[in-house]
Amino acid sequence: MPAGARKLVGKVRHGDRALAAATVGAAVIILGMLAIILLDVIVGGARTISWEFISQPPRKGMTEGGIFPAIFGTVALTLLMTIAAVPAGVATAIYLTEYASMQSRVARLVRVSVANLAGVPSIVFGLFGLGFFISTVGRGIDKVAYGGQSVYGRPCLIWSALTLAILTLPVVVVSTEEAILSVPRELREGSLAVGATRLQTIVRVVLPEALGGILTGTILAVSRGAGEVAPILFTGVAYYLPQLPTNLNDQFMNLGYHVYVLATQSPDVDRTKPLLYGTAFVLLVLTFLLNLIAIYIRSRSRKRSRASA
Amino acid sequence: MTATELTLQATRMPAVVAATSPTVQAVPLKMRARDLTVGYSGKVAIQDVSIDVNQNVVLALIGPSGCGKSTFLRSLNRMNDTVPGVSVSGHVELDGEPIYGPEVDPVLVRRRVGMVFQRSNPFPKSIFENVAYGLRIAGVRDRAVLAERVERALRHAALWDEVKDRLQESGLRLSGGQQQRLCIARALAVEPEVLLMDEPASALDPIATAKIEDLIAHLRSELTIVIVTHNMQQAARVSQRTGFFYMGRLVEVGDTTTIFTRPKERETEDYITGRFG
Repeated sequence: MPAGARKLVGKVRHGDRALAAATVGAAVIILGMLAIILLDVIVGGARTISWEFISQPPRKGMTEGGIFPAIFGTVALTLLMTIAAVPAGVATAIYLTEYASMQSRVARLVRVSVANLAGVPSIVFGLFGLGFFISTVGRGIDKVAYGGQSVYGRPCLIWSALTLAILTLPVVVVSTEEAILSVPRELREGSLAVGATRLQTIVRVVLPEALGGILTGTILAVSRGAGEVAPILFTGVAYYLPQLPTNLNDQFMNLGYHVYVLATQSPDVDRTKPLLYGTAFVLLVLTFLLNLIAIYIRSRSRKRSRASA
Repeated sequence: MTATELTLQATRMPAVVAATSPTVQAVPLKMRARDLTVGYSGKVAIQDVSIDVNQNVVLALIGPSGCGKSTFLRSLNRMNDTVPGVSVSGHVELDGEPIYGPEVDPVLVRRRVGMVFQRSNPFPKSIFENVAYGLRIAGVRDRAVLAERVERALRHAALWDEVKDRLQESGLRLSGGQQQRLCIARALAVEPEVLLMDEPASALDPIATAKIEDLIAHLRSELTIVIVTHNMQQAARVSQRTGFFYMGRLVEVGDTTTIFTRPKERETEDYITGRFG
């Protein structure tokens, strides 16, 4: 080696290796957990799944039969919640991004509220639903419209849906805000420059461009809400119902709650166990389906915006 | 290119322009800015700018980055209104009417004073719908009228022959230069009286740039153009009048020939000869 040449062979950097190993390990643990849960539910649940299980109500004290009322109740609840949460959430996000100025106190207050709302434990939403929707709003409606008869002043579908909607709202607002903010400024200016009003620009350029992001975020929020049990515990879910809910003020059954019921209230644990697995399986499949739709929409809108680059 | 070469070119080219643009001063006024000061959140971007924009004349605005030329351009159609924290004082007139008057609707200003941006920004819609956009929002529904005006705008933007068979294709599938001409067509479709162009060719290759420059020369007979450019040869080629901005002030404005051959101000001369900028 000539004098003064700088060497190329150095010692192994142990810090780097350790960090790499630790990060890989963390990722493996997460994957492993997910795999264990999924495998357990799939293996245990797949055997139970049959057309009868999906299409029939429970029988014999929930030791036989299916879970159709719980599927129906979950779908109805999720749809109503979406109808309530999405317009309000999207409208709030439009106000925050398009109309409120940076210094606006109202906007700041809304942002703080949304952030805090997202941090509230879900059981607190349940209690809020009971105290506000049922005791205050529901009883108020009964007093005014039904002469004090208990029609809306009791746990039922609509109050559960609204309680869940409030729980979902922050996520809808934040993801819609992000989607709207990611619309390039150039597109807005292109619209304004040919004499479009702010409203026309929002409706014809900003929202169509942000739609993919809005839908993705919304569906993820909805799928998260669809699995929640705590908010509906006091506000409308039922242990067992002989018939399906047909009105907004009917009680309903729910997959998440059904899992809880089967796991804790069963007269015969061994005979309910397969049903329990099957119910968990169906709940997982429903939420996964929603997530898959979200992923599909996201990849499609990405493709579109990549074509513009 | 060295400073001397640039000087030679700069002095050579305007001679051609001068031949085609005899008496700029005799042309009627289209827009007028007086003591215009614009600030963003308290920071002054341009100060006390006064300039005349003559009808059917191309006015080029040159100057180093951050000198305020784009800010000035955007205040001519109240595009700055959309920036949070902007403050505007002074006076801008369109055909003698103040555009910052208390009852003026900026939307109506922008229908008469259109704009083309540095980065082409077609909507993710078809070529046809891109051009028809301004007409639709202005309430034009008649399909025959739409088709006719879209064609006219595309012809004006020298894009018709390239896209006439694929009007339903996405505007995003065009090349960069075509996209920029599509944006020009979109601006022209609503038949503005003034067209503001903010470095419209800075992201394009020389051939696409030449097409845009040709276009500007043709459009001049029908409307008034104000163009911001970094490229001094471009200013010399396309404009009849040139204004030089530096540090938020309009240093000098005059016939393009004069600005490039006998500028009055030292700063102008230093800039056009490439001593800074």
